[in-house]
Amino acid sequence: MEANEILAKAESLRNNLSTGFRDEIVKSLYTEAENIAKRAVKTSSDKKYDFDQRMDRLVTSPYAGLPIMLGLLGLIIWLTVSGANVVSGWIAVVLFGIGDYGRALFDQIGLPWWITGFVWDGVYLGLAWVVSVMLPPMMIFFPAFTFLEDLGYLPRVAFNLDWMFKKTGAHGKQSLTMAMGFGCNAAGVIATRVIDSPRERLIAILTNNFVPCNGRFPTLIMLATVFVAASFPPALTSFIAAGTVVGVVLIGVGFTFLASWILSRTVLKGEASAFTLELPPYRRPNVSRILYTSIIDRTIFVLWRAMQTAAPAGAIIWILANISIGDSNLARVIADWLNPFGLLLGLDGVIILAYIIAIPANEIVVPTMMMVYMGVGMMINGPTSNSDIFNLLVNGNGWTMLTAVNLMLFALLHNPCATTIMTIYRETKSLKWATLSVVMTLGTAIVVTFFTASLARFFGWV
Amino acid sequence: MSNTKIALPTEHCETCPAFTQLEQMGIKVGDFDRVIALAGNPNTGKSTLFNTLTGLKQHTGNWPGKTVTRAEGGFEFNRMRYKLVDLPGTYSLLSASQDEEVARDFILFGQPGCTIVVTDATALERNLNLVLQVMEITENVVVAINLMDEAKRKGIEVDARSLSRDLGVPAIPITARAGEGIHTLLGAVADVIEGKIITKPLRVGGTPEFQKAVKELVPMIEQMAPGIPNARWLAIRLLDGDARVQKALSTGELGDIVSRQQRADVQFSGKMSVEGRQ
Repeated sequence: MEANEILAKAESLRNNLSTGFRDEIVKSLYTEAENIAKRAVKTSSDKKYDFDQRMDRLVTSPYAGLPIMLGLLGLIIWLTVSGANVVSGWIAVVLFGIGDYGRALFDQIGLPWWITGFVWDGVYLGLAWVVSVMLPPMMIFFPAFTFLEDLGYLPRVAFNLDWMFKKTGAHGKQSLTMAMGFGCNAAGVIATRVIDSPRERLIAILTNNFVPCNGRFPTLIMLATVFVAASFPPALTSFIAAGTVVGVVLIGVGFTFLASWILSRTVLKGEASAFTLELPPYRRPNVSRILYTSIIDRTIFVLWRAMQTAAPAGAIIWILANISIGDSNLARVIADWLNPFGLLLGLDGVIILAYIIAIPANEIVVPTMMMVYMGVGMMINGPTSNSDIFNLLVNGNGWTMLTAVNLMLFALLHNPCATTIMTIYRETKSLKWATLSVVMTLGTAIVVTFFTASLARFFGWV
Repeated sequence: MSNTKIALPTEHCETCPAFTQLEQMGIKVGDFDRVIALAGNPNTGKSTLFNTLTGLKQHTGNWPGKTVTRAEGGFEFNRMRYKLVDLPGTYSLLSASQDEEVARDFILFGQPGCTIVVTDATALERNLNLVLQVMEITENVVVAINLMDEAKRKGIEVDARSLSRDLGVPAIPITARAGEGIHTLLGAVADVIEGKIITKPLRVGGTPEFQKAVKELVPMIEQMAPGIPNARWLAIRLLDGDARVQKALSTGELGDIVSRQQRADVQFSGKMSVEGRQ
């Protein structure tokens, strides 16, 4: 028996069936379910509007829905900013202290300078930077995010944002995958499997990177705290910093919509498809599971991955900074060579160099950049406070507000990290889409930063 | 299946926690006697049940799409080792989305000894649609009526016996979060696998002419692919014009799927349980 024969037979049988036999099947399915349920279920209470429903009226209302969402986002980010600031300082003091001690110990044993330098000023410093910059925000953000997730809030977000995604020609469930992207873009890309239309799924995959993942939040938080909030009274610092990060996140969401809109009108033409989304009952989150998931599965996972890249990155920077060329060193020479391009984008050569070194995990760009500054310029001991960092960047390396703002924009928009690119390739099984995801995001980052830099210079702001 | 099965105590004792033993084995699923699949709508506590049984810490979140790949874990019950495959939560098995396909392919071709369909006691009617669809594919089904505590709080009573009688398969009330009813559930699963409970799944047929058409197609499919687990369901899908099934049939993929799913994919297990954690 050949497959074609069976298909032909099925075809002819189907044509002989009376029209509407499909509806008949679905209808009998639903009727049967209804009858069985009617016999088995007895409801004794008549409280029509229970807690869940009242809650949903509020959080998905056309007026209060979006403000509540923004409020929650702001609250989480504010908690993260104000908490991380304190903890980061402690961790920096301890870790850089250990570095000093280790360096002294190596000198005492009489090891050659280059071993001491490579180990403590290269590899160790890279690790110390990444841990002190990244760990504190993640320790606060991930549990808070997981709490909302376990509570059942995310489907409400999808409900609130559905109409916007629909307008851009994308799938409403994209807001779920976008929300997952805040945790990790690779996880967000995998989560797009819930979208059944291949076209809309591709849009969700390609635009996921426009929301900053947890690896990139620390960069945004640090820059917002050190630069944007620095000129305000101390009492306001954490609010201004949080507000800035929320603003950057909203810009990212804006670019998600814009890119979705452009994609659904060009390479991925089509209409948004309809879907049903259940608003599940709110569940009391399980504290121990939240802590386990957010600390072990997420924080440690992301941090470990960053450390694996930070150690070799630290080593490379140390080597580049210690190969002398004339009066200068190799790192300086490369940074100078990249400088014109960097300046064009409102950045500088060191940032571009750091960015290139950090390609495998570009969330470590800021720590890498700090090391390059310290390596190529004046060598100071690890900065442990925000004013130290401010001094190093502004007074030591000529940063302006434009540099900070553009680095935030660049961090928000630039290409996905290597893991995410690999995930995109695995999910789409196509080199073309993986490449497009890189070109599209990196292109956006370059165009946008070039634009803001030109604008700032044109108006004489810098 | 191993032949060294120890004589089990009488029916009644079997469900008594003092007699039965549940041992969580995490992802050590290399060696197992039986495979069971875990299906259900999203938000029914499927992953909670999975974690309770295996001791794994699969992340549970109550929104659709939490589990987009299938996760696997193991446990031992009454000296039998089980591999438990947690399928993505879906509302139906008829659409083309990837999560529904994963669930459908496994139930159809993975030939689990038994499929547990986890349902939400507070929204039984909607959940039954999936139960009926799973029962179209396989006879070995046990329905777990989960979230009994939530139902009680909301003043909802579920008559498990009536449900069981109507569906023709065991229906066991449980509260996975608190571990209640788990032993009874596993007892029913074991009974179904061992043939101590003969299930008579309710099949929703459609019109008589449709039934006749199905009957004509079934022998043709069985002749083409001997050993195919459920020709009846495939026939229904073909009559419905399911493009995915048509393609699978004409490209010969069907045979591939059958053999792939029937392989004891041990090396697959570890990787999937890691991926499932994201």
